[in-house]
Amino acid sequence: MNAPVAQEDRYVVLDAPPRRLRDIILRWEVILIILLALTIVVNTIVSPYFLDVFNLADATFNFSEKAIIALAMALLILVREIDLSVAAIVALAAMSIGYAAEAGWGPLALFATGIGIGLCCGIFNGLVVTYFNLPSIVVTIGTMSLFRGLTQVILGDQAKTKYPAAFLELGQSYFIKMKETGIAWLFIPPVPLSFLIFLVLAVLFGLMLHKTAVGRQLFAIGSNPVAARFSGIPVDRRRFLLFAVSGILAGLAAALLTARLGSMRSNIAIGWELDIVTMVILGGVSIAGGVGSILGVVLAVLVLGLVTFGMSLNNIPGQVVSVYIGALLIAVIAIPRIVERVRLWRVR
Amino acid sequence: MKALFKHRELALAVLLVIGVAAIGGYQPAFLEWDNIGDVLTETSVLFMMALAQMAVILTRGIDLSVAANLALSGMIAALVSQYHPDTPLFLMILAGILSGLALGMINGALIAFLGIPPIVMTLGTLAVFRGMIILIAGGDQVNASEMGVAFQAFPKQVILGLTTPVWIAAGVSILFWIFLNSTRSGRGLYAVGGNPVAARYCGIDQRKQELIAYAISGAVAGLCGYLWVARYGVAYSEIANGYELTVIAACVIGGVSIGGGVGTVAGTLLGALFLGIVMTALPVLQISPFWQMAISGAVILAAVIINARAERRPDKLILPEARRLRRIRA
Repeated sequence: MNAPVAQEDRYVVLDAPPRRLRDIILRWEVILIILLALTIVVNTIVSPYFLDVFNLADATFNFSEKAIIALAMALLILVREIDLSVAAIVALAAMSIGYAAEAGWGPLALFATGIGIGLCCGIFNGLVVTYFNLPSIVVTIGTMSLFRGLTQVILGDQAKTKYPAAFLELGQSYFIKMKETGIAWLFIPPVPLSFLIFLVLAVLFGLMLHKTAVGRQLFAIGSNPVAARFSGIPVDRRRFLLFAVSGILAGLAAALLTARLGSMRSNIAIGWELDIVTMVILGGVSIAGGVGSILGVVLAVLVLGLVTFGMSLNNIPGQVVSVYIGALLIAVIAIPRIVERVRLWRVR
Repeated sequence: MKALFKHRELALAVLLVIGVAAIGGYQPAFLEWDNIGDVLTETSVLFMMALAQMAVILTRGIDLSVAANLALSGMIAALVSQYHPDTPLFLMILAGILSGLALGMINGALIAFLGIPPIVMTLGTLAVFRGMIILIAGGDQVNASEMGVAFQAFPKQVILGLTTPVWIAAGVSILFWIFLNSTRSGRGLYAVGGNPVAARYCGIDQRKQELIAYAISGAVAGLCGYLWVARYGVAYSEIANGYELTVIAACVIGGVSIGGGVGTVAGTLLGALFLGIVMTALPVLQISPFWQMAISGAVILAAVIINARAERRPDKLILPEARRLRRIRA
């Protein structure tokens, strides 16, 4: 099928091709920025309530907890793993927070409880995956049932609704208050705690992934785990670490979610794992490993969050929104492949 | 003991018999024919769905959209029954099967011909199918009183002591056994999953095999959609929510390797039966049904760990960890 290669060409190493405009435009992040801009423009035209600082700030409440977990999920998918148990960890951690709150613990201790329980769950996932050397998709389907099952066994059909006021305050009010400066377009926007944490973590994760040696190691593991091990990268230790981080962030999200809702049942955060995976994949992280960026994930989180918010402003029911989001996910993955097919076909 | 564990299905069957005997010893009513029939009826959908999922997993794929497909196809069958009550029953069932088949073919076509990763594709269609239920039904549900009488009576009919869903599941299982063991495309599923490169050199068309696998998965989901809706007498958008993971769990317990190419009909049926027994035995043993999820989670973990040990083969190694790293990619 390939054209025969002339002998003298065999050892010629070409320079990297010059960067062309198309290479820049076809980058995933650029596509996402265009999508984001489209979302904002369309929504602003359709609804006069969309471009309101307070409305937008309130919209972030609905996706920030998921987005926090998505950061860890992005790293896991980058190294060819996946953690489907995150939503179940949220449930288990939220339940522990409920019991701790009944025992009269303060807000900080409650956050620590959530994070601690999440860490334990993450360590368990990491140990089973790395020690027994098992595919993480199967292991985390198992621990998903296990963690949520434990929540159901302990909690039954009860709900936990007693939380200290200071804890609820953290989840339900703006952490940074709106401040006008007198100039109409210059002001400090209201920011909820969960969104602030997401932004800070996104910057930290971005720096870690794209600017440190550990980040490069993760890319190496994702591209070729065997070659990475032969290059002296502690592959299993990195994997273990990522599962632990995923647990920690799920625990943190559990604390924020409980504080926002002010109550929890055993079905809290059900189905989140698939929403989170959708965020990560739309963010351009390859399910085959080794490709992805935190910027892409952040952009995808914003696109999904604003699409959902804009549609809810127009009274479109949640499950219809999911049709659009599912279709968007498939389209974004399929269209570049179709373009590539057509291009190859024309060259031939 | 070792030889026993080499035959995974046999080990699982022995465990199941011991478990059932123990439950029967505690509560003899569990072993009565009526109850066994109930257990089989409750599990019949899971039997078929697990077999269909196995066909997909054999090709190194995964189909997360099966439960949403089941709900959507069930809704379509129910709507046919509601608005065209005079339609013959087999056409209503056919409507469910064909809609499931079409939805499965969409998955298969995009996965096979565009090379979209199965987990991404079926995650997307999961959301799309669920939302479509709201769109086609206008946000309403179809209640028992709105469905035809024959439509609902069929899954409750008893033939030779067992209900029709059990017989359908038995028929589907036999078809699967013949298909996977004695037909060219059935063996092709194993070949494509076991070693795609070798399969290609043997002239097996990977894309065609994938399309077949997802089409089967969809058609079975459509059939089960009808059975589910007709048996429980209600069709709405939340039916079988999260059921896809139960189906995959049944496969995993039954020894289907998520890395493709490994799995048997008998093993998968036993895996599904195991989950079915856990679900139905808890009330009999007067254990809170809240234990069900935790138990199945623990069983899934135990099953994958045991299966992974059994599968380990000795081979040449340069670096001890290198073998451990040659793991199946999720």
